[in-house]
Amino acid sequence: MSSPPGTDADSTGDGDGGSRSDSDADAASRSLLPETRWQRDVVLILATLLGIYALFALIGLALDFDTNGILNVLRELTLFAAVYAMLVLALNLHWGYTGLFNIGVAGFMAVGVYTMAILTASPDATAPGFGLPLWVGIVGGMAMAALVGLVAALPALRLRADYLAIVTLGLSEIIRLTFQSMQFSNALEDALGVATNGGSGMNFPGTRNVVQYAFYRGGDRTSEPTVLGDALFGLGESFDVLPLVVLGWGYNVVLAIGVVAFYVLLVRIANSPFGRVLKAIREDELVAASLGKNTDLFKIKVFMLGCALMGLAGILWQGQAGYTSPHEFRPELTFYVFIALIIGGAGSNTGSVLGGLVFGTLLFQGPLYVPRLVAEGLSVAGVELGPPPNTFYDAALALGSLDPLPMLAYATAGTNVSYLRFVLLGVVLILVVQRRPEGLLGHRIETAAAVDLSNRSRTTATDGGSSNSSSGSTATNADPGSMPTNADPGSTPTDDRRDSTATTDERDPGSTDGDPDE
Amino acid sequence: MSTIDTLGRGNAFVRGRPLLSVVFLVGFALLVDLVHGMYTGRIPLENVTRLFWNGLLVGLILGLAGIGLSMTYSILNFANFSHGDLITVGAFSGWSVTYLLAGAGATEFGARVLIDANLNVTVLSDPFAVVVGLVLASALTILIALVVDRLVYRPMRDSSGISLLIASIGVALVLRHLVAFVYRAHTRGVTGGERVDILPVFEGAGNVSVNTATLMVVAVTLMIGVHLLVQRTKLGTAMRAMADNQDLALITGIPTERVVTWTWILGAGLTGAAGFLIVLERGTLDFNIGWGLLLLIFAAVILGGIGSIYGAIGGGLIIGLTQSLSTIWIPSDFATPAAFSLMILVLLFRPSGLFGGVSTA
Repeated sequence: MSSPPGTDADSTGDGDGGSRSDSDADAASRSLLPETRWQRDVVLILATLLGIYALFALIGLALDFDTNGILNVLRELTLFAAVYAMLVLALNLHWGYTGLFNIGVAGFMAVGVYTMAILTASPDATAPGFGLPLWVGIVGGMAMAALVGLVAALPALRLRADYLAIVTLGLSEIIRLTFQSMQFSNALEDALGVATNGGSGMNFPGTRNVVQYAFYRGGDRTSEPTVLGDALFGLGESFDVLPLVVLGWGYNVVLAIGVVAFYVLLVRIANSPFGRVLKAIREDELVAASLGKNTDLFKIKVFMLGCALMGLAGILWQGQAGYTSPHEFRPELTFYVFIALIIGGAGSNTGSVLGGLVFGTLLFQGPLYVPRLVAEGLSVAGVELGPPPNTFYDAALALGSLDPLPMLAYATAGTNVSYLRFVLLGVVLILVVQRRPEGLLGHRIETAAAVDLSNRSRTTATDGGSSNSSSGSTATNADPGSMPTNADPGSTPTDDRRDSTATTDERDPGSTDGDPDE
Repeated sequence: MSTIDTLGRGNAFVRGRPLLSVVFLVGFALLVDLVHGMYTGRIPLENVTRLFWNGLLVGLILGLAGIGLSMTYSILNFANFSHGDLITVGAFSGWSVTYLLAGAGATEFGARVLIDANLNVTVLSDPFAVVVGLVLASALTILIALVVDRLVYRPMRDSSGISLLIASIGVALVLRHLVAFVYRAHTRGVTGGERVDILPVFEGAGNVSVNTATLMVVAVTLMIGVHLLVQRTKLGTAMRAMADNQDLALITGIPTERVVTWTWILGAGLTGAAGFLIVLERGTLDFNIGWGLLLLIFAAVILGGIGSIYGAIGGGLIIGLTQSLSTIWIPSDFATPAAFSLMILVLLFRPSGLFGGVSTA
């Protein structure tokens, strides 16, 4: 009861510098640093992103890329980072929040993307669609993914985690095999006049059209640029940047908006009563049920929501090229998302974004630059790598006679480097699960209450009933609407542990110190 | 009186588990349709026997490959997603050995060790090479499995099944792509295409190649061997005890760590042999061979009840037959989805397996 509040909780937590002790000096120093955990997280993500950009810009310079080349490298990195960040956030809702072990991510993405493609593809295309507007496709894709999520959620209600894993994997394979089937496409064409074109994939007006409409009049790349397009292309031209690269970065802005939207949504869910029940289900479903929560309903809802988000992430990803095929949705894709989530830390939204960022860039795209870097490095050192040997056997023979170059050439040739990349991914996954199962940020203590308890004084203020004190930096955390269902925040399990009742109340006047944070 | 009882019970069943009743009803309708179709000649008997035979073969392969998975699942308590890639390891390592022996002197060493020599091996042409390859496929797979267990699973023995499952996904990625790195990704023809008539089976099913016959004989022998081992030996008793209740086994004085090692030895040995035999029957080999089978094997094991060896065999046969016979009613593209759907249905309605979920019986 009388244990010093803050010290133990916060030192294991995110290290909320300010509340480590209650001295006023701390409050003063706090105003210099980013104030809330939320702000620090944004800084952390942006710093990581900039660090990765810097690294790859250096790689580009080392490989003698010109400005366009480097910008294109960074554009592609951003694409993967953003897509994986969105997917990981969606999966975090299932696995990180609720503990639902869904390894059918690829299947739900496929449903979203294909529904969108069928709805929006032109009726005259090789794989004809309904030719509906883009937004109908997006909404339809998400709705269909959610619907399939509902079907998948029914098993989730009664199955053990490992069985659920197998069911979702099986479902995702059924979905992929269905879209791969030419017989399915033909049947669809007979019945509805639309097709998926089986394994050869289909074209559709992807979400990239949004950017094209913003940059060109009529959305056609051959026509006049709009005012915005004109300005940006002009800006690009002054740095010798091609319009195509500018256009690509324009799409990255769309993706970035997507990531921010996913993130904000997830943070809001996490701090809502809904999110607290999800976490309670993850920790102990029996307890959640005993407290009168209809856990089945919560699971169904969260499954549908997560699947809709996966569908949207898939739409934004495949919409970049305006083409999709069933081969994109192999189960491996699901595992990539899982690896990213586990690296970032299941349960943490910031960790999810970081995990997606690190995975999409350093682990997924990064290794592909290694062969050229190796060749460049060797040529600087004056060593000729030579043509790669045809087989591993020849390379191993040379290695046996103490000549490592053929093996290096073999390892960096063609698809071999991508095999080694997958080996690396596997090793990283094993090491993280063994050594740091909580990931980069999963160790942080979560706020189970409606308000940020690391800012203790605010809690008591809200307890007092003046819920309008939730403003400013903690606005996303403190959702006034969340209070009624959880009338007494002190009754949530986490609160019990963290709220050292008497002492906190005595320091109640401190709340005035806490508020001017903003 | 008893009729009324039965009716009453049936009524209660339909009310209590309506979805399961629907599943039964659909299955029954399909059976009636099959019989009717065969009777009226709508479904040629020849087709049915051919499909039945194919399904039986696939089922045998799945069953054989499933025993190892079933053992590790029940005794080590996690779904091993790298099981498929142990099959791949067994197939590649065993066939490297067979090719080394079969083509000795004929072609270059490097082409033989990487199984690129195109030797068209059959059991009759190179019996010695095939037998040694089979044995070494087991041995090398055991070796790999033990190394993996030492490096990956043992440090996390106390972790939850899900952590182990995730780690096994990592192991699967590593194993598969190491194989791809060494052997490259192309699909290679490995065995001879000639079919040797040794067993005229059903009409329309044609004849069985000697390679296929070998698969059947070896698979059945191995299954019987595992049965005897698990039922009659002290090790088998210890394994069953561990599958039942790990803590109780530990305090009864069973050296659990040693049983775990033996589980890997048995499971991986069977898996390696299965990988080798699958290639013997199929005739082609690529690095995705095991991964492609993994979900079907899971389906087989789940259908039979995790931990049950007969269940794995029975489940394998059911999955194989479902995949094959379903093409009578649905387009062939949906054969595999049909098998997966069956697996999902079983997980939903009878998660302990069709045969009652007897552990490692």
